[in-house]
Amino acid sequence: MSPPSRGFLGRRRSGVDPSRVPPGQHLTRGFPVLSAGPTPRTEVADWSFTIEGAVEEPTSWRWEAFIALPTDQITVDIHCVTKWSKLDTSWRGVSLDTLLKTVETKAEYLTAWCDGGYTTNLALEDVLDGKAWVAYEYDGEPLAPEHGGPARLLVPHLYFWKSAKWVRGLRLTETDEPGFWETYGYHNHGDPGLEQRYQGD
Amino acid sequence: MLDVPHWPGHRTGQHVDVRLTADDGYQAERSYSIASAPEDDGIMLTIDRLEDGEVSPYLTEVLEPGDTLELRGPIGGYFVWDASLRGPLLLISGGSGIVPLRAMLRHWAAVRPPVAVRLLHSARSLDDVIYHDELIRLAAFEEVDVRIALTRAWPDDWRGHRGRIDRNFLEDAAWPAQEQPRIYVCGPTAFVEATAAALVESGQRPDSIKTERFGSTGG
Repeated sequence: MSPPSRGFLGRRRSGVDPSRVPPGQHLTRGFPVLSAGPTPRTEVADWSFTIEGAVEEPTSWRWEAFIALPTDQITVDIHCVTKWSKLDTSWRGVSLDTLLKTVETKAEYLTAWCDGGYTTNLALEDVLDGKAWVAYEYDGEPLAPEHGGPARLLVPHLYFWKSAKWVRGLRLTETDEPGFWETYGYHNHGDPGLEQRYQGD
Repeated sequence: MLDVPHWPGHRTGQHVDVRLTADDGYQAERSYSIASAPEDDGIMLTIDRLEDGEVSPYLTEVLEPGDTLELRGPIGGYFVWDASLRGPLLLISGGSGIVPLRAMLRHWAAVRPPVAVRLLHSARSLDDVIYHDELIRLAAFEEVDVRIALTRAWPDDWRGHRGRIDRNFLEDAAWPAQEQPRIYVCGPTAFVEATAAALVESGQRPDSIKTERFGSTGG
């Protein structure tokens, strides 16, 4: 339990269901950009998406084939570990259920890998059953490079570093292998409701 | 300046989370870069007061010496530099993005490793340059080069750069990629996006560029 901060009143939110804002988060109307290095700029003509690793047969799609897959329109709240949350964000993308249906695997984990070298790890149970997508439209427009375009992972029930920008593939793994931020002190799972920000939370 | 009991030490570039709690239990949390070097006494934060902010006005106007502040850290293991790293150090900041880079400069000055350092800093006007006097003192070291770009207003006799830090300025001021500079860019999102893109276009290796972006997140 934290002691009160002398003289701190705080700015209460009005008109927002408090249950939508996880502990320690505050709302933003903008769309902040956070990444560890320069923004990669991959043209869709050079883009592909691959599922590989512990699978019988790797699968890959070029851009045109990828966007021909069945899509979902997704409206979700997103939560960044740097403490902003954004409500009712609107995306279009392909669910990981659709993508992972195409491979046979005994793996229980995956590593998403990206242009620019970024990686993040996820348990399959965190990305199946309508919990994750590869999104390529935001607010009805193609996803901008600084927000992860051409395509990014969207895993809204976890902190947003799990929603890897510039995603190019999923490597399925039988053991859980920490990704980029997960090896730099951030939590392995990253559930905003449990405030799993850093290792040890 | 904060006196933090049981502080485990930090590396330059790391940040802390500050948590404020109102009497009824309502809480607000924000992250702030550490402005001090590991060699300094205490932990220094430099707070950019945001007009419509929730936490920064409290820290700059309400908090007084002697008050207790709840904080957690140090946090972050990627955007860090320490004096054991070799290769010239290129620091590029816009506005309050200079804070973590100032910690790196102070650390360099405390250790004096055989590493050349260049700070390229962009501010609206000379009055907006945080740590101006300290930067002048640091620039007196032979290995340290400080270049300031003023984007909106400058004195008549200003000999520094006028205008934004752009690709031409970077090509002139940065070491070539073969010399393997370690590059740290910190500032508002638009500044970091433009600067990192210009560095890559001018031939720097993307994996030599570490970025930290300050969004306008209502802090």
